[in-house]
Amino acid sequence: MKQHIWLVLGLALALTGCSGDQGNWHGKDISGLMPELEFRLEGTGGETVTPADSRGNIRLLYFGFTSCPDVCPTTLTDLRRSVRQLPAEYQDDVTTLFVSVDPRRDTPERLASYVDFFGDQIVGLTGAEPELRKLAKRYRTTFGYGESDASGNYNVSHSSAVYVFDRTGKARLLLRPDLSPEQVSEDLARLANESRS
Amino acid sequence: MQGFSYLLPYDFSPLTLLSYMLVLGLYGTALLRMPESDRPGSGRIITFVFGVMLCYGVMQTRFDYYSQYMFFVHRGQHLILHHLGPVLIALSNPLPVMRFWHQRIAPSVRYWLRPLGWAYRVLQQPVIASVLFVGLIYFWLWPPIHFDAMLSRQLYWVMNWSMLLDGLLFWWLIFDPRSPAITNALGYGKRILLLALVAIPQMILGAWIVFSRGMVYDVYEVCGRAWPMAPETDQMLGGLLTWIPPAMMSIIGILIVLRRAMHEDGKFPKRRSLAGESA
Repeated sequence: MKQHIWLVLGLALALTGCSGDQGNWHGKDISGLMPELEFRLEGTGGETVTPADSRGNIRLLYFGFTSCPDVCPTTLTDLRRSVRQLPAEYQDDVTTLFVSVDPRRDTPERLASYVDFFGDQIVGLTGAEPELRKLAKRYRTTFGYGESDASGNYNVSHSSAVYVFDRTGKARLLLRPDLSPEQVSEDLARLANESRS
Repeated sequence: MQGFSYLLPYDFSPLTLLSYMLVLGLYGTALLRMPESDRPGSGRIITFVFGVMLCYGVMQTRFDYYSQYMFFVHRGQHLILHHLGPVLIALSNPLPVMRFWHQRIAPSVRYWLRPLGWAYRVLQQPVIASVLFVGLIYFWLWPPIHFDAMLSRQLYWVMNWSMLLDGLLFWWLIFDPRSPAITNALGYGKRILLLALVAIPQMILGAWIVFSRGMVYDVYEVCGRAWPMAPETDQMLGGLLTWIPPAMMSIIGILIVLRRAMHEDGKFPKRRSLAGESA
């Protein structure tokens, strides 16, 4: 019981300690809250993709599905805009990982044509549902399927945030959907600059 | 098979499983080895085991998955961990079992466990206990803290365990089976006062969540929901679960304590003078 009160007190201190430098980022600082980037998924060409393939780059992890009516296209367009606003030297240092959580409808071909629409620094990924569940659980998120309508379309609930990992794969920021591309760009530039030096 | 998988933990925690096994093991062993006269009746045993299993169920089955990704299920989980489970455990009166094990602790060990006793007595001061009880609810529901707790696995476990332990402490203080007339257990009037006092801030918080126009807890939006549900509905249901059932439990608690007080009325002739001393 004593431990429990210390735990709570320590926690309160730790949390207030963290909030001190949180103001510098536009996104939510998740350093230490989440594990580093790790996955083994299927790319749009059927190949196995792991974080090693994009090591050294800043990785933006986003869960979605290609039939997504508005949230996914908006997020991906905004992310591309944020990357384009980066200083020229960092333009190629950001990789977006778009993980489709709707493997039933999103075949590699369909995913390929979808992600191509959002630039060439975006990687489409998918896998069997258990694999996707494992990755989602690792980042404390989930997805679920709604009821199918008459024509077989169904809605998919998924995370609306973008997870940002630095060049070494450490979890650093969580970008909420209400951030502007300018704010995201500032955060990314800072991250790119910080880990290069 | 499908049904069985719902009983498996979503996020397996060996420490949690061990703690529950230890509690049930110690309880069972004490029941078998204690003299017949001390042994609680079957109703009390069932209440205890049911309370323990209810808490285990919301922590280590599929229920935990829905608690992580739906705000209202999360509120249901805390309702069980902080209210219903501990209430059942305290009402089952496991005092004979605790006495049984206390007598069997070696004096040297008991000496080293003394700080635990001091901490317990501090935490069971009525003011501290009720501030802690309400404070923890407010702490974990404070939006930035709640956000972090749902994102970090470690914090999430600290949150759930702290709610359970605090629930046990508070409801044990309220339903302590020892009569305040002959022991230094908290007086019935004070118990009733505490129950009424802790209900008010919980009602305010719950009502505030229900009537909030914007999204107070966007972490469920950010991390995805277990199934597509309107965020407003989720938040409203969660607010209702924070508001109504805890208020009802306070009232039920007051009735139980009142009934006990009325039963004891006139039972202990020296009650007045003793109560005066202990106050």
